[in-house]
Amino acid sequence: MMEKATITIDGRKIQARYGQTILQAAREHGIYIPVLCDHPALPPEGACRICLVEIERQRTLQPACTFPVSEGLVIYTHSPKVIEARKFSLELLLSDHPLDCMTCEATGNCLLQDLAYEYGVTGDRYQGEKHQYPIDASNPFIVVDRNKCILCRRCVRACAYINGVEAISVFYRGFNAYIGFGADSTMQDSPCEFCGSCVEVCPTGALWPKMAIGKGRPYQLQKVQTVCAYCGVGCQIELQVRNNRIVNVVGVENAPVNQGFTCVKGRFGNDFVHHPDRLTRPRVRKYLLEGGKREGKERGEWVEVDWDTALDLVSRKLVEIRDTYGSDSIGVLTSAKCTNEENYLMNKLARQLIGTNNIDHCARL
Amino acid sequence: MGKVANLESLQQVYFEAIPLLANRRAQGGPAEKPLNGKCDVLICGGTGCVASSSRDVREALLVEIERRGLKEDIRVITTGCHGFCAKGPLVVVYPQEVLYCQVKASDAPRIVSETLIGKQILEDLVYQHPQSKERFPVYHEIPFYRHQLRLSLRNCGLINPEDIREYIARQGYFALGKALTQMSPREVIEVVKDSGLRGRGGAGFVTGIKWEITQRSPIRPKYLVCNADEGDPGAFMDRSILEGDPHSVLEGMIIAGYAIGAEAGYIYCRAEYPLAIQRIKIALAQAYEYGFLGENILGSGFSFDIYLREGAGAFVCGEETALLASIEGRRGEPRPRPPFPSVSGLWSKPTNVNNVKTYGLVPQIILNGAEWFRGFGTPNSPGTATFALTGKINNIGLIEVPMGITLREIIYDLGGGIPKGKAFKAVQTGGPLGGCLPAEALDTPVDFDSLVQAGATMGSGGMIVVDEDTCMVEFAKYFLTFASAESCGKCVPCRIGGRRLLEVLNRISNGEGKPEDLDEIEYISRNMKEASLCALGQLTPGPVVASLRFFRPEYEAHIYERKCPAKVCKGLITYRVIEENCTGCMVCKRNCPAGAISGEKRQVHYIDPNICERCGICIEVCKFDAIMIE
Repeated sequence: MMEKATITIDGRKIQARYGQTILQAAREHGIYIPVLCDHPALPPEGACRICLVEIERQRTLQPACTFPVSEGLVIYTHSPKVIEARKFSLELLLSDHPLDCMTCEATGNCLLQDLAYEYGVTGDRYQGEKHQYPIDASNPFIVVDRNKCILCRRCVRACAYINGVEAISVFYRGFNAYIGFGADSTMQDSPCEFCGSCVEVCPTGALWPKMAIGKGRPYQLQKVQTVCAYCGVGCQIELQVRNNRIVNVVGVENAPVNQGFTCVKGRFGNDFVHHPDRLTRPRVRKYLLEGGKREGKERGEWVEVDWDTALDLVSRKLVEIRDTYGSDSIGVLTSAKCTNEENYLMNKLARQLIGTNNIDHCARL
Repeated sequence: MGKVANLESLQQVYFEAIPLLANRRAQGGPAEKPLNGKCDVLICGGTGCVASSSRDVREALLVEIERRGLKEDIRVITTGCHGFCAKGPLVVVYPQEVLYCQVKASDAPRIVSETLIGKQILEDLVYQHPQSKERFPVYHEIPFYRHQLRLSLRNCGLINPEDIREYIARQGYFALGKALTQMSPREVIEVVKDSGLRGRGGAGFVTGIKWEITQRSPIRPKYLVCNADEGDPGAFMDRSILEGDPHSVLEGMIIAGYAIGAEAGYIYCRAEYPLAIQRIKIALAQAYEYGFLGENILGSGFSFDIYLREGAGAFVCGEETALLASIEGRRGEPRPRPPFPSVSGLWSKPTNVNNVKTYGLVPQIILNGAEWFRGFGTPNSPGTATFALTGKINNIGLIEVPMGITLREIIYDLGGGIPKGKAFKAVQTGGPLGGCLPAEALDTPVDFDSLVQAGATMGSGGMIVVDEDTCMVEFAKYFLTFASAESCGKCVPCRIGGRRLLEVLNRISNGEGKPEDLDEIEYISRNMKEASLCALGQLTPGPVVASLRFFRPEYEAHIYERKCPAKVCKGLITYRVIEENCTGCMVCKRNCPAGAISGEKRQVHYIDPNICERCGICIEVCKFDAIMIE
């Protein structure tokens, strides 16, 4: 339905579309409503109650993230009632939260911290029971600290709706509810694929990439936008770099291809970058460089050369083989790490220049 | 039995079924055609009576009847709940309509020889009024029943719920026949709207309007759901109806399905009701066998199926969106409304959700008309209210009364007042999410709007009476403990707010209350009500708010004087030996599980308050009234 509805937010009349939520309409018109459990890439949940607004003729405050617009709604985003309710929810969240922002990895990149700051909530209103959950660091990639979890369920939704794995769910009820994995096992023993989408959407420090721990505050990190080199999909990622070393990798929000999400390799598979065994320059066998023959079973030592030398050698050898043994004695195997364009060119090379149809592709990344 | 193909064959089945009930009569009505020399013995098969061994009574009666060769003349029938659970196991003998209370298996031979053969009434088994000592042998003349108006419960305790013919003999499925063959879906909705029937689940939304919204949706398929996840502690209205008259609910559902154009219905019944589930299963099988469910019902072309779903023990699944999530196989958690289920419900399709009692009333409204229903109750709350009466009251049980009756009438006329001559203190309506009302509010009429106005809620029908020995802080704490434990944990105000509120109350009852705690209670309650996602969170503070409103001095006594006026809160009471009364018999010392009592034989004893656990055993065992609480 593209029909328009006129709604009033904080005294301002705006045109919203039917099918939109109040939050969507407000955002489109630059009106700020704070959120915590809502995430643009995920279906709304209505759990955190931070986006509550006052709507005339509604019995209670309503979450802007789920309430659909309709003609004539009159909405207040920052009435005294709304502010009190938001503070109330923040006080409650902080009353069961470690308050260790000084050493918390998420400091400076934490929605809960931002909201507490915005509403002046310090977290000392209640001195009640606090959870003491053990930390789950069972896997190589993600550290789970349930003490910092606010049960916004962004991770649950990301796992179900983005990755389609449903490895994360809520266990138990009420005050004792917590986020768990698989059949309440460790993350390692669950069906988790470690795509890290849960880490991407977690608004606090409850889910954190292991490799980034202790490596720097957000403001100390240089952010480099790039395209993931793992496959031809072309996910945009942001490398967070400190002292010329990759500290963390996150997806680029609103990137056309991946909308901020990645797979396990793009996010966590970057240890090769700084690995001492990594080849950064071409090498050829010494005997090939000297134009000689291989002696016995030994292939001889490697010699580091420049690209022209290496490519010349490869093309010379390919022509030699084609001329001596025929085109079909050569097969070409290309990689899914290459782009479409690169693979197209390899196809041309194989069929037109070498003259063979022996070309295949791993396409299994 | 073949399928009932049309209205004429339903008539036929009805005439064949009438003799089954010839000996019995409904409340106050005459027995239709007593059969000479034949008797019906009705044994209550409700959960309460089964728990007090009514099945043994039945076996004993059968053995005795068999032994005397009376099988042809005496039918022993298991019925649903009669409601007078405090006096169970109940046995009713027709055609005399004599009610026997607290019958034991060993009474069976006497009942057979004296009453069934000798036509004599066994005075000792007859109900005796606790105050006047008057005995009431005739079922409907007992004060507990005399003041009732049984519409929802009209068949409970009268028919065998496992025999569809007995339901048909009570004009069962005639409303369905009327709706399907003589009325359009719109006309059915109009009658329900005109009747003013409001949802019996507690919120009191007008049923006809809810149906209309679902009916108007162009989206198909549509679903129908019967909410039988009755979870309030001490409430068993829906259970009794499902156990005692399941077909009335099925018939109401099929009519509703026809009215809104639904393809299928679901009954969501809590798994803790095994007997209700068993009876629903039997009723469903019989309804399919007779063709009231399935394809082309009564030759009308309308087809409808009903499925049974069992809950997994979550109180919050009584909330309609959580219930739908549970039926879909997901975690039972509410989601924000709108959209309401009538727009987007089960599997995102338009879904009508009503309570057991709401569906159960529909057939009678269709059969007798909207005016008939409006003839009972009040203009804004027509019809009757069904309550599970419990707590410090003489006649614990299930009652149905016309809306508009006062709390006083319910508690004193039907309920028989407070036991042991104690004073009435408060009555909690609306279950753990409702509120309590004090003695000053006893003349409040019981209907949806008056109760809310007075500070409580109608709820689904639990009514808990407490006497002067109850501490209202402790009372509120009990419900709060229940509701906060049943929070699903989805939204912050309910998940953590409920716990923080409970911590404040614990503090107060432990004698650690602070002057600012009362403001804190109001702050948490106000915001939980405003900010929680579903009614569970919004109403969790209800009992605390109501008790603070009506019994504020009691809270203040806990905080400022460090005293529990009702002498209940363990943190605020001390057990002390009254020296003049103590004989030094040592009974209390021997029985104290904490070893807190010291003293030699024939010398005054002493209770060490630092060791004493306030269990109260010493008071119970002392023969000389020598121990007091202060």
